[in-house]
Amino acid sequence: MRFIDEFRNAELAKVVIERIHRRSKRHIRLMEFCGGHTVTILKHGIRQLLPPTVEMLSGPGCPVCVTANADLDKAIALAREPGVIITTFGDMLKVPGSYSSLQKVRADGAAVKVVYSTLDALQIAKENPEKAVVFIGIGFETTAPTIAASILQAEEEGIKNYYVLSMHKLCPPVIKALLDSGEVKLDGLICPGHVSAIIGSHPWEFAARDYGIGCVVSGFEPLDVLQSVEMLVEQLEKGEPKVEIAYRRGVRPEGNLRAQELMNAVFELSPANWRGIGVVPESGLRLRKEYQRFDAELSFDIDPGPPLEPKGCLCGDVLRGVKTPIDCKLFGGACTPEHPVGPCMVSSEGSCASYYHYGTL
Amino acid sequence: MCLAIPALVKSIEGQEAGVELGGMSRKISILLTPEVKVGDYVLLHTGYAINVIDEEDAMETLELLAEMAVLEDEIEE
Amino acid sequence: MEPFKDEKILLAHGSGGRLSHDLVEKGFLPAFDNPLLSKLDDSAVFEAKGRLAFTTDSYIVTPIFFPGGDIGKLAVCGTVNDLAMSGAMPLYLSVSFIIEEGFPLSDLKRVVTSIQQAAEEAEVKVITGDTKVVNRGSVDRLFVNTAGVGIVPEGVNISGSNALPGDKVILSGPIGDHGIAVISEREGLKFATPVKSDCAPLNKLVREMLEVSSEIHCLRDPTRGGLATTLNEFATQSKVGILIYEDMIPVRDGVRAACEMLGFDPFHVANEGRLVAAVAPNHAERVLERMRRNKYGVEAAIIGEVREEHPGRIVMRTHLGASRIVDMLVGELLPRIC
Repeated sequence: MRFIDEFRNAELAKVVIERIHRRSKRHIRLMEFCGGHTVTILKHGIRQLLPPTVEMLSGPGCPVCVTANADLDKAIALAREPGVIITTFGDMLKVPGSYSSLQKVRADGAAVKVVYSTLDALQIAKENPEKAVVFIGIGFETTAPTIAASILQAEEEGIKNYYVLSMHKLCPPVIKALLDSGEVKLDGLICPGHVSAIIGSHPWEFAARDYGIGCVVSGFEPLDVLQSVEMLVEQLEKGEPKVEIAYRRGVRPEGNLRAQELMNAVFELSPANWRGIGVVPESGLRLRKEYQRFDAELSFDIDPGPPLEPKGCLCGDVLRGVKTPIDCKLFGGACTPEHPVGPCMVSSEGSCASYYHYGTL
Repeated sequence: MCLAIPALVKSIEGQEAGVELGGMSRKISILLTPEVKVGDYVLLHTGYAINVIDEEDAMETLELLAEMAVLEDEIEE
Repeated sequence: MEPFKDEKILLAHGSGGRLSHDLVEKGFLPAFDNPLLSKLDDSAVFEAKGRLAFTTDSYIVTPIFFPGGDIGKLAVCGTVNDLAMSGAMPLYLSVSFIIEEGFPLSDLKRVVTSIQQAAEEAEVKVITGDTKVVNRGSVDRLFVNTAGVGIVPEGVNISGSNALPGDKVILSGPIGDHGIAVISEREGLKFATPVKSDCAPLNKLVREMLEVSSEIHCLRDPTRGGLATTLNEFATQSKVGILIYEDMIPVRDGVRAACEMLGFDPFHVANEGRLVAAVAPNHAERVLERMRRNKYGVEAAIIGEVREEHPGRIVMRTHLGASRIVDMLVGELLPRIC
């Protein structure tokens, strides 16, 4: 497939890896923020191919993993409402909330449909005018514009039974919060490529400028990640942290202005509750007043009950890069993909699930 | 994040485009990339094109990586 | 066929009365056409000598018609293949239908025809069956159950627990076709060249393999859960490790594209016309060569080997030369955005 296969070329990869080995002298800690990068790294065994001087940490860039129980509980409570059809990306189906999961309530008879796109959700709304179709809005800046577009389309087409439960989050604020916490010492950041396709590379400048952290915007094929590691190694060996785009084919410095426009038209900044990190100001999105009639949170009166955190779950620490999955006592024993305790084990790109599936050899 | 894959635009009808990837064809929304043209490659995420792929940049990146590979060989010789 | 000229299945078709009889006698009998079935006794009575293999499976696939097959073909091939994976020569099948009231008779006719054709190809006979009709909403259109009986030739001893370190692992063809064909039909994914289900009866392929080698230790068809799950089962049952090579595993372009888009791992996608074998190393080449002469083994390849290290785990040498674990599928395959 074009623009995929070329970036999986094994010979080129070998060359880049050799160069990294030769160039890397200082011990550096790099965080791949995005769960998709974690998957690429583990799926292709990239950690093994890098020199011991390059340490890789997984970050909280998994929108499923960072959804707080309190928020997921709202989605589950909505699912139980009569007359409601929940439409959701597949990622959320099995995540355990405080008391249940979307999958479990579906088994109890709730209408929960997994969709590939908000376009499917809109179609379901059109086909079921007597029901309320609620879309579970998770995702970062890559996905938020598509949800914004769906709301605008619903407005244009006069679809009155479409709602969004917005749990969207933004990446740069949480990186800042992580860096401010001082818990993790980072030298470089592999920046999420598709988030950056939307927001551009400028939002990462604060990390280089104020925290001295090298930032490279990376694509998701193995060659992309290797190239990004190489560029970070180069920056850090020279002591010149800055923001660079490795993923030039997918990211412009200014990002996708149209997508940003739509996102800003429909959403406004709000505080967001990040699992394991807590509430981070201006790191989430909520629907603007003009679009409140699409807001599931305001349109339904639900009581999900007080949120509970599972005992012994280290998802929070894992998400902040403070602990690795194998540090968690529950990993592989009480917590496995079949019966997960926390979201890091459920999400296909959660650190714990990735470690479990692709494993520690 | 995360899962977005390159797809070739084969046709455009209003706010929708017909794209093709790996032999699969699909109708997607181009609300976020109104500037797209037939023959462009786009990044497809959950049924929407989120960006137009810059083919030149893609080829340049590969060439750069490959060139350096050649340089490596030369240095070694 | 007279009873198929009415439009829809009624509850009466399952009640044992006139309509039921008409359906069986004028609908099913001519399709399956054999003396054992035609007797229409409560049981089919037959003689068989030797070790018998017996298996059953229920088929609930949605949608019931998909590129490359349908629930009927699946119901025959699935059970025939389960028998074949024990090395058995399949003899007879039972076919049971549980039909939703209102199911179009024309669709039932299509399914019955598929069953007939698949049974003919597999050289098995449908000798007994059952039909029930349930209220609308009690089943999703049509469920089918088949049970099968076969004879295991003397000396044949195939089991998931027989893999030995050194054995070569052979895969009969590209993975993921069936799962993607079904999902593409369900989700409306369109292909220029549609991905077709690989659904096929493999008993003749197995027979040919057994003709050239007595050292086939394990056989399994990687259905639900895909190749990864089957290999993990071998590794666990035989208490061995298995090493596979990413570059040796065939995957069709269309399957790769659909998997990339939806976020599936081809190793977890179901197959219905493929087998995985663990074969003694000195026999592997001749088994492979024989498989490639069968239309269902044309793309067969050696994809790895069994070893003592990391028992119970599958390790894959990736395209880049690193190693990673290949785990079983957990739960269902779900499309994802991350």
